Amino acid sequence: MKNGFIYILLIISISACSKDEIEVYEPTPMPLSIPQIFSQNIIPPVIPNNNPQTVQGVALGKKLFFDKKLSGNETMACASCHSPQHAFTDSTPTSVGIDGTFGSRNSMPLFNLAWNYGERFTWDGKELSIERQALEPVQNPIEMHSDWDDVVNKLQSDPEYPELFRLAFKTTIITKELTTKAIAQFERTLISANSKFDRYSLGQATLTPQEENGLNVFLDETRGDCFHCHGNPNNPLWTDNIFHNNGLDSNFTDLGLGGVTGDTNDNGKFKSPSLRNLAYTAPYMHDGRFNTIDEVIEFYSTGLQTSSTVDPLMKKVAQGGVNLTTQDKADLKAFLLTLSDPSFLTNPDFQE
Amino acid sequence: MKRIFALLIFTTITLTSCGEDLDDNLVAKTEVETTFNFTHNWDDTAVTNSDFNTVQYTNANGEMLSIEKLRYLISDITFSREGEEDIVLDIYNLVDVTNNNNLSFTPETKIPTGTYTNVSFTFGFDAEDNVDGAYLDLNSESWAVPNTPMLGSVGGYHYMQLEGKFTNSTTPETGYAYHTIRAADGSATPPTIQETAINVDLGPVVIINDTSLEIKMNIAEWFKNTYQWDLTQWNNMLMPNFQAQLKMNENGQNVFSLGTITQ
Repeated sequence: MKNGFIYILLIISISACSKDEIEVYEPTPMPLSIPQIFSQNIIPPVIPNNNPQTVQGVALGKKLFFDKKLSGNETMACASCHSPQHAFTDSTPTSVGIDGTFGSRNSMPLFNLAWNYGERFTWDGKELSIERQALEPVQNPIEMHSDWDDVVNKLQSDPEYPELFRLAFKTTIITKELTTKAIAQFERTLISANSKFDRYSLGQATLTPQEENGLNVFLDETRGDCFHCHGNPNNPLWTDNIFHNNGLDSNFTDLGLGGVTGDTNDNGKFKSPSLRNLAYTAPYMHDGRFNTIDEVIEFYSTGLQTSSTVDPLMKKVAQGGVNLTTQDKADLKAFLLTLSDPSFLTNPDFQE
Repeated sequence: MKRIFALLIFTTITLTSCGEDLDDNLVAKTEVETTFNFTHNWDDTAVTNSDFNTVQYTNANGEMLSIEKLRYLISDITFSREGEEDIVLDIYNLVDVTNNNNLSFTPETKIPTGTYTNVSFTFGFDAEDNVDGAYLDLNSESWAVPNTPMLGSVGGYHYMQLEGKFTNSTTPETGYAYHTIRAADGSATPPTIQETAINVDLGPVVIINDTSLEIKMNIAEWFKNTYQWDLTQWNNMLMPNFQAQLKMNENGQNVFSLGTITQ
């Protein structure tokens, strides 16, 4: 009888132990909210298996994105060159670092990054994931000019971060890998899909005759022929996320993709940027050489330069470009502005 | 002891014979996998993406040209048998030679072994399948044809994008974009639409086991047979060029052929 009592006690103890083991903390999954215009037209976004989106990971990533601790002298954050009011780019041709030095490339706007299926990021495609890209600016001497060991030490000794990392990744030991994973999670939530044209595609808005003609210029091989590189209503990313030499220069001071692959056939090729939110992302091109949308349209119309790697789609390079009429240029611009998504700039989830 | 030994031997023999039964699986399969391997040549000289970007091919019209991009769509692989209904695989595959993607394609559906009087596929999409915006993966590849009045307001998808540069004694290096789509003349009222997908017959094939079929594309054919293509005249803006699309369809009739069959 006594033995029986002991057995019962033992069973209760073991059950209690195993119950404790079950109650292991897990971050809360937070799948991306996929806009209707995307789910209707294109395949799902790319989320790496080793970095699933979670509520705590995104919140941590957002805090890190806006935190100046990531720079050497704590004067710059990621958001300094990627600010929400500019669709997560800045307004200068190239960006200034903490030491007052300007880089050679225009800061790329950040949105819809999870739909970059080829997963080559930056103008030259050097970075093969968002996580890897986020490593670079922190340690770049002309950008945030810091050192990852220093950044990790600062975060580790912060009163808040170790707990935030525990909530996001189940460890208080901070690493640069976990830091960039969190930033990447936040960046993947930067989704822009609420432009006038999106609503038009969903039957919720109408285009003016001028905007409609601008769309036709965009989609017409004999006029703008923009769609081969910049998408179409069936590909609402408004980019092919591929690298092209669009005829900016006959001699290259910046090799672009060629500098990364080492293949001379890639010299002068840069990623087609999305045309979404153009209204907020001036200046334009990889070096920010054009200040206005009008200048960009004029370049494609009359300013093309030939070179050995110029894209065959730049068909009228010998004539300087597609030579649009004044009316077509104005209409094309009117259409391009329908791709603006003002709600993206003010989304409270994306503010500091 | 003797009994135990005898029992062991008996059990071993029984198990062994059971194991031998497994070999009966060697009995011929009734349904097999087919794999289509897409290879490319310029009049019998092999072409891969490592040959791209160099002006080195001469077309029938005497222009020298390079290839910088080549991708094309095939669909509706069909197996025909005597006295039986065709087996039509309602699939598509975007062959991307530039990036070495989808050069080998194995449809999920297995095929009964037997003698087939013809294996065929569609280059591009036929009218039934060429539905504007219908395929999310192709939309994501920016493979769609604009749904605009100048292209007959029918949308749909590209069939092929062949791009590069060409030159001859009087023309400096110039880009070309040989894009094939459903022919549409949007300037006519109502627009004239003509289906230009190509039914490609590979001929009879006997399938006795899992089978790989090589599909050869002779790229030079796009420029010579039956229409001698003049790149100085038709090198770009060919999508809305109704006559050019018809000529592409003409020249595409003999581009593909069946190569090696492995089973």
